[in-house]
Amino acid sequence: MANAKLWGLKKSPWVFHVAAASCNNCDIEILDVLTPRWDVERFGIVLVGSPRHADALLVTGVLNRKSLSRVLRVYEQTPKPCLVIGVGTCTCDNHMFAPSYNVVGPYDKHIPMDVYIPGCPPKPEAIISGVVKALKRL
Amino acid sequence: MSVVRVLFSYLIFPGFVFTAVIGLFLTWIDRKVTARIHWRVGPPWYQPYADFLKLLLKETIIPEGSSKILFLLGPVLGLVAMTILAVMLFSMNMNPSGTFVGDLIVIVYLLALPPLGLMIGGSASKNPLASVGVSREMTQYFAYELPFLIAIATIILKAGGSIRFGDIILAQQANGPFLYSISGVIGAIVILLSTQAKLGFVPFDIPEAEQEIMAGVYIEYSGVALAMYRVVRGMMLFILPLFLISVLWGGFGDWWAILKFLLIVVLIILIKNTNPRIRIDQSLRFFWLGIGVLSIIGLVLAVYGL
Repeated sequence: MANAKLWGLKKSPWVFHVAAASCNNCDIEILDVLTPRWDVERFGIVLVGSPRHADALLVTGVLNRKSLSRVLRVYEQTPKPCLVIGVGTCTCDNHMFAPSYNVVGPYDKHIPMDVYIPGCPPKPEAIISGVVKALKRL
Repeated sequence: MSVVRVLFSYLIFPGFVFTAVIGLFLTWIDRKVTARIHWRVGPPWYQPYADFLKLLLKETIIPEGSSKILFLLGPVLGLVAMTILAVMLFSMNMNPSGTFVGDLIVIVYLLALPPLGLMIGGSASKNPLASVGVSREMTQYFAYELPFLIAIATIILKAGGSIRFGDIILAQQANGPFLYSISGVIGAIVILLSTQAKLGFVPFDIPEAEQEIMAGVYIEYSGVALAMYRVVRGMMLFILPLFLISVLWGGFGDWWAILKFLLIVVLIILIKNTNPRIRIDQSLRFFWLGIGVLSIIGLVLAVYGL
């Protein structure tokens, strides 16, 4: 039974895209991954419109005082088990925004993260490899 | 013994399990054809089953303050209606003389249950976007049901005024399918477009428009309830083309029916992939003024025996 659960989760991770005040570059690269050239539907990865349907949250952008409560709320709305994948260097170490008064990140101070994908923005290949690593950890 | 047989026919073949397995496979065909049209590779064949399994084993969240019973009644209603419909359609096609008077009316009501379940579940989920989706679903339902019922009336006229489903199939076996006449072609176009709207496929996917209202009526569903909705969608994709074949294309008692069925399914998927989504008022105008007038022309032609 546990094996079946794991197989289902690995073969169909539905992704919800949480754009937490990013500069949009990572978001555009995420959309790139879904285009016919990379076609992640081969692995059963689908972008869904509601956090209730999601198995993985792709968070982008540096976490600030305004977006913190929203990200936490989306995380609580997602049915468990769910993965949290940080896309972009901002999610790892606040990048160039670290000295700002408004920044409360990085993310792992507040929610459990599974994988960080560095890059500003990361290449689509890097995003796919990051998601694969997250699925292997399950 | 007969109780066991009835239970078998409702639960295994041709009821729930058979229809669900074939229906989920058809959703894979839908996704694969869509992917090939996009020049992509598309998901592997086990994808819908993996989705289903994953959803079954995930947490099911019921929104705070919503009615638990009504929220879960939504998908169950569609599932029950589709199971009964599958059993009825198969038994009628295997044994056309053994049906009861008025079963066509029962089928029309059973086809109305899944959208009703969607409306109940969506309005119970206490989400503004779901409410918008429900209001659109309701408008859409009134839009496509009128031409659909007129097309059904055309078929009843062509079968000599009988509302017994078996008589329709027997009349087609005696005199050739109704499709091979002008009013038959018009009826087929009307029922095909209503099928598209009943399935919620792209030109008419206004109630669950992903880009405007996220997932519309499905927005609060997760886990088992969402899995049930997906199964219902798959079962509808299986049963609605079968309904079209049995009322217009001579039933599915022979092996040719498989080819006819695949033709209709691929046609539905092609319509889905080559059209943009229309607005709800455009949908209403299309179904009442465009398709509605067409279906009335079909009815008049059927009166004159064309």
